Amino acid sequence: MESNGGEASRLLREIDTLKAAKSDIEHRISILQSQLGEIVDKEETLSSSCSPVPINDSGVRNGLSPEMIYRYSRHLLLPSFGVQGQSKLLKSSILVVGAGGLGSPALLYLSACGIGRLGIVDHDIVELNNLHQQSKASMNRIDLIIQSDKLISGLNYGFDALIIHTEAYISQSKVTSAAAACRAINSTVQIVEHKEALRTSNALEIMNEYDIVVDATDNLPSRYMISDCCVVLGKPLVSGAALGLEGQLTVYNHNGGPCYRCLFPTPPPTSACQRCSDSGVLGVVPGVIGCLQALEAIKIASAAGEPLSGRMLLFDALSARIRVVKLRGRSLQCEACGENAAFTKQLFREFDYEKFTESPLSASPLKLNLLPRSARISSKEYKEKVVNGEAHVLVDVRPEHHFKIVSLPKSLNIPLSSLEGKLLEISSALKGEEQRSGLVSGSGASLYVVCRRGNDSQRAVQYLHKMGLTSAQDVIGGLESWAHDVDPNFPTY
Amino acid sequence: MQLTLEFGGGLELLCQSVKIHNVDVVLQAGETKLTMRVLLSWIRTNVIKERPEMFMKGDSVRPGVLVLVNDCDWELSGQLDTTLEEKDVVVFISTLHGG
Repeated sequence: MESNGGEASRLLREIDTLKAAKSDIEHRISILQSQLGEIVDKEETLSSSCSPVPINDSGVRNGLSPEMIYRYSRHLLLPSFGVQGQSKLLKSSILVVGAGGLGSPALLYLSACGIGRLGIVDHDIVELNNLHQQSKASMNRIDLIIQSDKLISGLNYGFDALIIHTEAYISQSKVTSAAAACRAINSTVQIVEHKEALRTSNALEIMNEYDIVVDATDNLPSRYMISDCCVVLGKPLVSGAALGLEGQLTVYNHNGGPCYRCLFPTPPPTSACQRCSDSGVLGVVPGVIGCLQALEAIKIASAAGEPLSGRMLLFDALSARIRVVKLRGRSLQCEACGENAAFTKQLFREFDYEKFTESPLSASPLKLNLLPRSARISSKEYKEKVVNGEAHVLVDVRPEHHFKIVSLPKSLNIPLSSLEGKLLEISSALKGEEQRSGLVSGSGASLYVVCRRGNDSQRAVQYLHKMGLTSAQDVIGGLESWAHDVDPNFPTY
Repeated sequence: MQLTLEFGGGLELLCQSVKIHNVDVVLQAGETKLTMRVLLSWIRTNVIKERPEMFMKGDSVRPGVLVLVNDCDWELSGQLDTTLEEKDVVVFISTLHGG
């Protein structure tokens, strides 16, 4: 036991010795650390006193205020855009013509990105049926609220709103509505409201006030007019178009690239000019093109990257394909921008774009008048016939997918395009109606033709007359007139 | 000659709503090359099913139609005189005005 006790005390002594040594080493380490700290502090003081940069100066140096630096920080962080790009944006001015499906998203992004001055031209009024296209009105209301919280917690740019015309602005001017939305997104941008239709009489004065023009209109004569005006004034033009499930985008009159007339010296026939209000459009398609228009305008304003000049982007939403194709350069023979073109301001003011393109400047529906009044019947008169139980057949010549939206009771859908092969069907329907109401065959049942607005029905009646069905009459103003004058609950589209 | 033809911007409605057509164009006896002039007339006969006047005017396309040969405006390759080669892609796009 004794030997064991001696061994234990030896170990204890050794532990004490090591502990003392450890404590000594730790003490020396802490002394060295504090010495090192003093040296580093001295060096920092030295270096900062060599180049004094008062914090307040940094904003002045690049022209951006602290608020701007915070708001546009994401842009400033891009090496290829940076302070230089943002400063140019803040000094630039852009005019957006049309505050519809294309103009709405373009305006939101242009105001959010900090364009110096943003002009909006439109004479239109906000209607419920175009809300889904220019915005995602009710569908995205919740998204807006959630996104708005982000805005309240900080004015950092990155607000991805798609809404411009809200229900609160129904029946107000699109310019008022769009301007309010833009100001709400970025109150530092100067928004200029032009509540008028762009015409040859005011286009030069309006467009002259801006560096870049964005064509977000919906009709052919406006496109020629805006392009010509840009040529006369020497402004780059960011042109976008959308219809159905396709979109097109290009930059005209910029960097030696072509203008609209170089590409399309002769206007297409009016029958080739479809409108969104007739042919339909998936709201997000002009949304995509409008955003790309904002992008091209930003690139030109900030002199960043390669603008889409001399090239055209073709977007096919259904097959999810985007192709960029090479276009011809400026045409030497172009009547607007060619070598010997004498297209002056005076000539522009006097040019009749509606006559040139044979279509109206505003996308208002066509009103044909092909038939004598005796071959026509008003919607009210047709209602009388129905109430009196008159034997008749009503042929609806709209396309099948229109007929599926809404139709009048007992109407027979024979689209205009297939009318030629369906004459027998009409004759047998008339015979059936005569038998049903006890009339002598060939003496009684009337034949009425209806369509959406009363144009195709006239074309159909003309054809039916030619084919021997001489009693055919069209319902004046079509289903729109029925909804307006007879049944206000009948849906319009 | 194997070619890919594409129709867009509404022109597909003239050929039963089919946008892409892989076709084999057989040269007529005595012809050594296929030009756009010949191809257009071939398309009018073999591909367009309705309203050919919405596709062509005279011996060219109607105003408002962009023609692209291998993604290049045909103005750059000689328009109607453009000579086509095996596997070329020819696109016909009607310009859009809506928005």
